[in-house]
Amino acid sequence: MSLEGVKHVILVLSGKGGVGKSSVTTQMALSLARRGHRVGVLDIDLTGPNIPRMFNVEDKKVTQGARGWIPVPVGTATENGGSICCMSLGFLLRDRGDSVVWRGPKKTAMVRQFMTDVVWGELDYLLIDTPPGTSDEHISLAEQMRTVNPDGAVIVTTPQAISTADVRKEINFCTKVGINILGVVENMSGFVCPHCSECTNVFSSGGGKTMAEQFSVEFFGAVPIDPSFNLMIESQSSEEAPLVEQYGKSKLEPIFKDITEKLVAKVNS
Amino acid sequence: MVSFEPPAAPDLSALPKAAPQLAAPEPGARSPPPPGLPANLPLTKLENCPGPESQQAGKMDACAGCPNQIICATAPKGPDPDLPLIRARMSSVKHKLLILSGKGGVGKSTFTAMLAHAFAQSPQVQVGVMDVDICGPSIPRMMGAVNESIHTSGAGWSPVYVADNLGVMSIQFLLPNQDDAVIWRGPKKNGLIKQFLRDVEWGELDFLLVDTPPGTTDEHLSVNTYLKESGVDGAVVVTTPNEVSLLDVRKEINFCKKAGIRVLGIVENMSGFVCPNCEGESQIFHATTGGAKALAEEMGVPFLGAVPLDPRIGVACDYGESFFDAYPESPACDGLMVIIRGLQDQIGFEQLPEYDE
Repeated sequence: MSLEGVKHVILVLSGKGGVGKSSVTTQMALSLARRGHRVGVLDIDLTGPNIPRMFNVEDKKVTQGARGWIPVPVGTATENGGSICCMSLGFLLRDRGDSVVWRGPKKTAMVRQFMTDVVWGELDYLLIDTPPGTSDEHISLAEQMRTVNPDGAVIVTTPQAISTADVRKEINFCTKVGINILGVVENMSGFVCPHCSECTNVFSSGGGKTMAEQFSVEFFGAVPIDPSFNLMIESQSSEEAPLVEQYGKSKLEPIFKDITEKLVAKVNS
Repeated sequence: MVSFEPPAAPDLSALPKAAPQLAAPEPGARSPPPPGLPANLPLTKLENCPGPESQQAGKMDACAGCPNQIICATAPKGPDPDLPLIRARMSSVKHKLLILSGKGGVGKSTFTAMLAHAFAQSPQVQVGVMDVDICGPSIPRMMGAVNESIHTSGAGWSPVYVADNLGVMSIQFLLPNQDDAVIWRGPKKNGLIKQFLRDVEWGELDFLLVDTPPGTTDEHLSVNTYLKESGVDGAVVVTTPNEVSLLDVRKEINFCKKAGIRVLGIVENMSGFVCPNCEGESQIFHATTGGAKALAEEMGVPFLGAVPLDPRIGVACDYGESFFDAYPESPACDGLMVIIRGLQDQIGFEQLPEYDE
C-alpha cells in the first residue's frame, strides 16, 4: 500500500464547483509546509485538474520508479523541513488543453490507481483535492478510503445559498459513506475594495458558518476574496522566491495559519 | 429516502490491478503497452475506440487493457432503441442550446436562468430549461421553485412552470428532501438524463436550454449522444476571466470539437467588479492571460460578450428571483443583451426578445 508512510489523510470536498477547493487545498498545503510538515497533494479532479497550475508545475511529468509513480516535488524543502509534492492527472496529459473525456468506470480505475500506485514516501499530511459532485470519483474514493482510514474531510463552500444547498448534499454524502467531517471553510467571504477598503459581500456572507452550526460541525474560518493571491499564483514563474516563501507575505496567510492550526489540533486529538 | 445505492455495475474487481490504461490504445497495437507510463500517453485518442455500439466492441485488439472492455463486450449491441423516441419528443423544440463549462461555479446555472428569463420576456416565446446537473442541481433554487415536485400524466412528466411560458425540469424536483445527496455512478445518471429527454412533456418550445454540470464526463457524453440525432444548435461556453478557469474551459472546447458540438461562443462571467461604495473597478478574477476574449481567438470560436460581477445577481439567485426583471437597467443586463444578439446572429432565430430599454 502506497499510503503506509502517510500519517494523516485529509479530503477536501465540496458539492459545488468553483468555490475554491483547489485554492484552499493549495493554501492549506503551503501553510502546513511553512510549519515544517511534509505535505502531499493528490488531485483526483480528472476532467479539470488545477493543482499543477496552482503550484506552477504544469510542465512537469511524472516519473516511474521501481515501486510506482513518483509524485512531482514543488520547489525545495523549507529550512524547517517542510515540503510539498503533488500528483495530478494534469501531469499525464500531453498538452495542457487536452480534454479527458471519460465515463465512470475509467475514472474509477484511475482513482484507484492514484490511491495505490503513487510512492508518497514519508508524509505528515496527504491532502486530497476532489472534483465537485457526489458521483463516480467520490464513490470510488470512499471505497478506497475504507482501507486507508482517513482522518476526515474539510468541506469548502462559498456563502450563498446556491452553494450551501449543494454542499449540504455533500455533507449528507459523507455521513452516508462514513467519512468524518473535520470542519467547514467559508471561502470568498467578502471582498475588500482596494480603492476604498470597503468590504463588499460579493457572494453574501455567513452561509458557511450557519451551515456548520446546523450540521453541528466545526467552523474553521472565513476566507475573504483576495485577488493578490490569484496574482501570486499566476506570477510564480517570474518570481525568484518559491511560493512557500512568498505566501508568508500574503494577507491570507494568518487566516490559513489559524485554519490549519485548528485542523492539526483536530486530527491529532 | 430514495434508494441511492449505486447500480449493479459490472464486476470491476476482476480487472487486472496494474492494467488501467489511460485511453484506448492505438489501432493495431498488438501487444499491451509496457508497464508504467509510456513516453507519450495516447490520452485523447478516443477515435481508436471502436465505440460501444460496434459489434466488435470489447473484442478488438485495441480493446485489450481498456477498463471498459468487459462492459463493452457484454453490453447489448446496436443503436439505442430509445433514440427514435427522443427524436420524436424533441421534434417539437425549435432551438436546443447547451450551456457548458469545464469549470464549476463560473455561473452556468446563473447564466442559464438569466437567459431563460430574457427569452421568456416576450409572451409568445416558449422556453424550457433542463438541468442535467444531477449531483448539484441549482436551477430550481434560482428559479424559485425549490419546493416543487413533478406531476406525471399520460403524456409524460410535466415540467414545473415558473412562468406561463417558462418550464423547468431538474432532479431536485424528484428528491424527497432538499438536502438529499444523489450518490450515483455514471450509468444511473445517464438513465435519468435519457428519461428527461424522452419522457418530459415539453410541448411546443422555441428554446430548450440545457444546463450541465462541470467537467467532461458521463452527463456531457450522454446529452450529446441522445441529442445528436435531434440536432443541437450548439453550445454556449461560460467562463470566468482567470486562467485557472480558462484552463478547464479550454478542455471543454476541445471536448466539443471532438464530440462534434458547434460552439456558439464564449461568455465571460464575473468580469470586473464595481465597488458599490466608491465605484472603483477591480478585477476579482484577474485575467492574467487575456481572459475569455484571448481564449476565443486562440480556439477560433466567437466571443459573445461579458457579464460583470454584480453582488445583486447572487442575491437574486438565492431568493429565486429574476435578476433580469428586477434590475433591467443594470450593466449585467446590458451585457446579457449583447450576448443574446450575438447568439441571434449565430443560430438565426427570428424573434429577439422584447427588452424595455
